[in-house]
Amino acid sequence: MSPAILLLLALGLGLAGWLAARARAWAFRCESADGRLASLPTYHAWYVALWIVLPVVAFIAVWSAIAPGLVAQSVLASPAAADLPAFGFQRQTILNEARAVATGAAPAVFNPQARALVEPFRDALSYYNTIGIVVTVLIAFLAGAWAFLRLKPDFAARSRVERIVMAILLGASLVAILTTIGILGSLVFETVRFFGMVSPLDFLFGTHWGPDPMGNPENPDPTRYGAVPLFWGTLFIGAIIAMIVAIPLGLMSAIYLTQYANPKIRSWVKPALEILAGVPTVVYGYFAALTIAPAIRDLALQLGASSASSESALAAGLVMGVMIIPFVSSMADDSIAAVPQAMRDGSLAMGATTSETIRRVLVPAALPGIVAGIMLAISRAIGETMIVVMAASTAANLSGNPLEAMTTVTVQIVAMLTGEGSFDHPATLSAFALGFVLFMVTLGLNFVALRVVKRYREAYE
Amino acid sequence: MVTVVHENLDVTDAKMSTRDVSVYYGDKKAIDEVSIDIPTKYVTAFIGPSGCGKSTFLRTLNRMNDTIPSARVEGEITLDGEDIYRSKMDVVQLRARVGMVFQKPNPFPKSIYDNIAYGPKIHGLAEGKEELDAVVERSLKRAGLWEEVKDRLSDSGTALSGGQQQRLCIARAIAVDPEVILMDEPCSALDPIATAKIEELIAELNGRYAIVIVTHSMQQAARVSQRTAFFHLGKMVEYGRTSDIFTNPLEQRTQDYITGRYG
Repeated sequence: MSPAILLLLALGLGLAGWLAARARAWAFRCESADGRLASLPTYHAWYVALWIVLPVVAFIAVWSAIAPGLVAQSVLASPAAADLPAFGFQRQTILNEARAVATGAAPAVFNPQARALVEPFRDALSYYNTIGIVVTVLIAFLAGAWAFLRLKPDFAARSRVERIVMAILLGASLVAILTTIGILGSLVFETVRFFGMVSPLDFLFGTHWGPDPMGNPENPDPTRYGAVPLFWGTLFIGAIIAMIVAIPLGLMSAIYLTQYANPKIRSWVKPALEILAGVPTVVYGYFAALTIAPAIRDLALQLGASSASSESALAAGLVMGVMIIPFVSSMADDSIAAVPQAMRDGSLAMGATTSETIRRVLVPAALPGIVAGIMLAISRAIGETMIVVMAASTAANLSGNPLEAMTTVTVQIVAMLTGEGSFDHPATLSAFALGFVLFMVTLGLNFVALRVVKRYREAYE
Repeated sequence: MVTVVHENLDVTDAKMSTRDVSVYYGDKKAIDEVSIDIPTKYVTAFIGPSGCGKSTFLRTLNRMNDTIPSARVEGEITLDGEDIYRSKMDVVQLRARVGMVFQKPNPFPKSIYDNIAYGPKIHGLAEGKEELDAVVERSLKRAGLWEEVKDRLSDSGTALSGGQQQRLCIARAIAVDPEVILMDEPCSALDPIATAKIEELIAELNGRYAIVIVTHSMQQAARVSQRTAFFHLGKMVEYGRTSDIFTNPLEQRTQDYITGRYG
């Protein structure tokens, strides 16, 4: 019995409760002298229905997490499991095979040891399925009955439902937060494993990057795991070249849109700019790799550069900068527009021109918002993957020349995870350490940016 | 219908004059053929019920209506005999000569010092730090704010109280040495004590600048002004000496308004 069926069962019971409660509320209404209830019958109905469905859903969530473990445990306790091999890969394969046959997912067993386990597996599955259904129904009835018995003509079902709705909404927002924590947890786990093999100092401060996925995993060479060239490449492409493009263009387009453009032009240009933010980054990647990078190489050769690579930090950075423009411009747009009209009027009434007003009053007043926008843009740029995968290279290179090939943290994460090393090889695990560093940096940038925005919002309220 | 102008009104030293000025917002006529002479030495008050167009009319006097795309002005407005709406007119210079104080205090989110220094800097009125310091001090003194803020000139202007902020805005307007100061209900966001201070300040500035004040409060008009114009439904109904308007109005509508029958 899968959780989906239990869920359907819960919804069915909820519907039954809904109808029963509404009927009961109607009955109250007919009995009462003035035909009035504290809450409408539908609220009584929802109150009971939610009281049935929510506890059951919570139970199903917990049950589907622990039931497989309980099944496996009881199978292992059966006499047929006594001669299984010790813990490890083989034992897991046999168990999986037996489970597949028992649930009907596979026609027959390959391993003779698994055949003996099919029967215990079937028994255990049906045993725990029965328990699951019984408990589900039991919870539904207990919770439903409890809620149903509370219904009275003067019962404040409406405000109770309101409270339950609030709890559901809170739960929805907690999911996102818990996911972030979960992501962090999984990253930390693998990162710690990696740092057990390569010292964090070698990783954070070493200047040579060249993990060998085919090397001996027991004894990795720590001098090949120096991530400084990757950090530099990321910073150079994402935070320097891209921002040299994105900050002036984004800021100027925001100023034009808020201060100079008439509403008609604004209604055209602003959505067009936002489309730029919606272009898939892979498409930017094509553009960078096929158009910009060769153009830059040809230009460099014409200007007399000796060794121009067709993969350059400049190409990736330029295209990334264009991609980031909408982020900078929409944050700057919002924060300039949030400066009260009175500031603008005050400056104009002093005899300042529009551009003086922008330079001396609006931009300084909006500066915290603009800075926050830039920080969010940087955090997005350094986490960007596709453009650099396609237009930068995989060669780690510690250089200040934008025409040279460089690689970034994200490119190396992709390279390491899709490489040929086994999963527990330090080269593969290094991807998690890189991801962890990236995550911490972008988290820090976002955190600071949000703090800045918050302080600045308060200044005008 | 024509504006009633009291006969005893001396109009020989007009600083600003308007002739048949109408203002449109899109197709809507907000001001209908207003002709008025604003004297150099006195405080002129515009009174009238809400939405009568007195603020709109005030904003045409330094062309602040230019910032509203749908606004259109017809007729002639002169400053010292020069048409301010002629095509060669430099709006930036006009606004330096005709300063403005708004309904809600709007100091820039800068230091007190920088708020005052803003105008002199953009117009190049002061050379060097010392001269600028002197302008700031003089302006704050004239606005009666110097004693209160002289020890904290680097604090933010927005940290002052509402009344202080409004006097800061007046000081800011004074700093560029304007000839006319327009005040658009400058006390409507202030408490009575701060209002009294602003009124006192207006009395002190009277004579040095031509002052035009829009106000909702008839008592305020009576206290601070020597000339009063009554606006109603986009028209200027009556214009005369403040004492005459309040004691001896010629128009029935003016009479009704000042006796509180409407508005």
